[in-house]
Amino acid sequence: MNTELVQQLFNGLVSGSFYAMLALGLSVIFGMLGVVNFAHGAFYMVGAIGAFVLLDTVGMSWWLALLVVPVVLGIVGMVLERLLVARLVRLDPLYNFLLTFGIALILQDVVRLKYGVASQPYPRPALLDGSMSLGLFDYPKYQVFVLVFSIVLSVLVWLVLTRTRVGVIVRASTERPELTRSLGIDVRRWVTPVFGFGIALAGLAGVLAAPMRAVNSGMGGDLVIVIFAVVVIGGLGSVFGSVAAGYLVGMLSAIGSVYVPALSQSLVFILMALVLLLRPAGLFGRDEGVRV
Amino acid sequence: MIISRLVAGRSPLVRLGFLVVGLVVAFGLPWFIYPPVALDIAAWALFAVALDLLLGYTGLLSFGHAAFWGSSAYATGVVAVETGLPFYVAVLAGAVVAALVAVPVALLSVRRTGIYFAMVTLAFAQLIYFVANRWRSMTGGENGLQGIPRELFGADLSDSFYFYYAAIPLILLGLFGAWRVAHSPFGRVLVAIRENPARARALGYPVDRYKVQVFVISAFLAGIAGGVYAIGHGFASLQEVYWTTSGKVVVMNILGGMGTLWGPVLGAGVIVVLEDYLATAGIDAIGIVTGAIFVVTVLVFRRGIWGTARHLLRGRGRTGDPPPAAVRAPAEENVKEPEPH
Repeated sequence: MNTELVQQLFNGLVSGSFYAMLALGLSVIFGMLGVVNFAHGAFYMVGAIGAFVLLDTVGMSWWLALLVVPVVLGIVGMVLERLLVARLVRLDPLYNFLLTFGIALILQDVVRLKYGVASQPYPRPALLDGSMSLGLFDYPKYQVFVLVFSIVLSVLVWLVLTRTRVGVIVRASTERPELTRSLGIDVRRWVTPVFGFGIALAGLAGVLAAPMRAVNSGMGGDLVIVIFAVVVIGGLGSVFGSVAAGYLVGMLSAIGSVYVPALSQSLVFILMALVLLLRPAGLFGRDEGVRV
Repeated sequence: MIISRLVAGRSPLVRLGFLVVGLVVAFGLPWFIYPPVALDIAAWALFAVALDLLLGYTGLLSFGHAAFWGSSAYATGVVAVETGLPFYVAVLAGAVVAALVAVPVALLSVRRTGIYFAMVTLAFAQLIYFVANRWRSMTGGENGLQGIPRELFGADLSDSFYFYYAAIPLILLGLFGAWRVAHSPFGRVLVAIRENPARARALGYPVDRYKVQVFVISAFLAGIAGGVYAIGHGFASLQEVYWTTSGKVVVMNILGGMGTLWGPVLGAGVIVVLEDYLATAGIDAIGIVTGAIFVVTVLVFRRGIWGTARHLLRGRGRTGDPPPAAVRAPAEENVKEPEPH
């Protein structure tokens, strides 16, 4: 393996970090509520714009924004769930898909009207400016931080889901809501926080993206479709599958941009087609939702 | 009583009445509305009805129908520019291309149902979008395909008023085709699949084959609409294959009332006129307006305009008036079966 390829793989892991974090939130929400949140990309965009606005108006540092923005968006998410999403949860999941599509359009247009379509500048935090040596090559510190952060976050979520009581309840409610309820656990109580948590994750990814991606109203629109493909590849509802597919798709696109640049954006959809052909439930998915 | 019978559309005479009114509106439209807008209404109406065959009749939400409307817009444009044949031929060629694009998409997408189907079709449409963006020699990339001629045996169609009348037969043929499909034995099987796929399969119907067939038919009709739109505007742009276009045709369906054929036509009319009004009034907030329509319709108005009118006016004595397909949970997709251990 030559150095350039390793470097590309690394680039892929960094962009895969964003796919993984977004797919993780989407997957957790789907697992708990059966809702596919179209507005996930829009909340990612709001997270990035939020960090920019906080810096621009009150001079809030990126580090603080990394904490404040997800908390605020988590609360927004919970309110959204209580006010709107909960009304449709008992109906066909398509209705919540359409509802969140409408919300995504509104959020995107509001931000476009306020800040235009041009990208807003966001400086890297001073501590993470510059590059560091990774042995074979030098790499921007910030990107390394994003990668490490996303991996730690994914592992943390995984540990919470597998090793704690809360995690056991959430997983049980996801997989067997009726049985969990009959064991005397109030499943409803966990739905709203889980929805808020998923939205907070999207906002967090947005704040992380602000210093290295173009921050504008359109940044989430195309991305959410890629995330859909990622979760179809990984298996929607499978937390591990979503995260793994996120990194996988990131690396695939990065390598693709070297060998088949014309196809680099399309590779994720081609991979999705292959998965549908060979393993319709997704690489790590269970058979739910696949035709009998 | 008369009104209720009218909207319920039960007797053949009432159906004929609807048809006459529909035709009068179709042929009178450019007298009342700015002709280019009238053409947009007609094209989007056919597009929305094409989607209704899938969404309303078969219970499949395709969130990627821009792929077929758009690929036909490009193909129609290329044929018209390169050959100079009458635009009927170009539109037909475009629709065939749309149907051909739909075949692999349908074969792969029907492997998932319910919400997954929506996500997968959306993703494939995005693939088509990237291909269109990249294939500059054919599509013109971000500049779009420009200078598409309105050729019809040398007739002067530069005035949109006359072009409307040249194009409306194609649209009406497409609408008639959709109506024939919906009211054929084939269409009844589609409804059976929507209501209960497992039972339809148990009765011996090859469910997936039916889904693929109606998907391709729907793409063909969407292609006719997209082709007419491209000829009418004289260009085809990336907007035609973008996901917002897929969303727009879905909102026309749910606003008008899916599964009713007339509803999506109404929905198309409302949305196109509304967009035109916002544009001429200088209100640059089409996303907010469309988004709000989505949110409100889905929350409180799920039957749509036509569905609500029909529901209200049908006698209360009639029981078993089915709500729109997706209001109830389809048997197959939503019930989580216990897994075998």
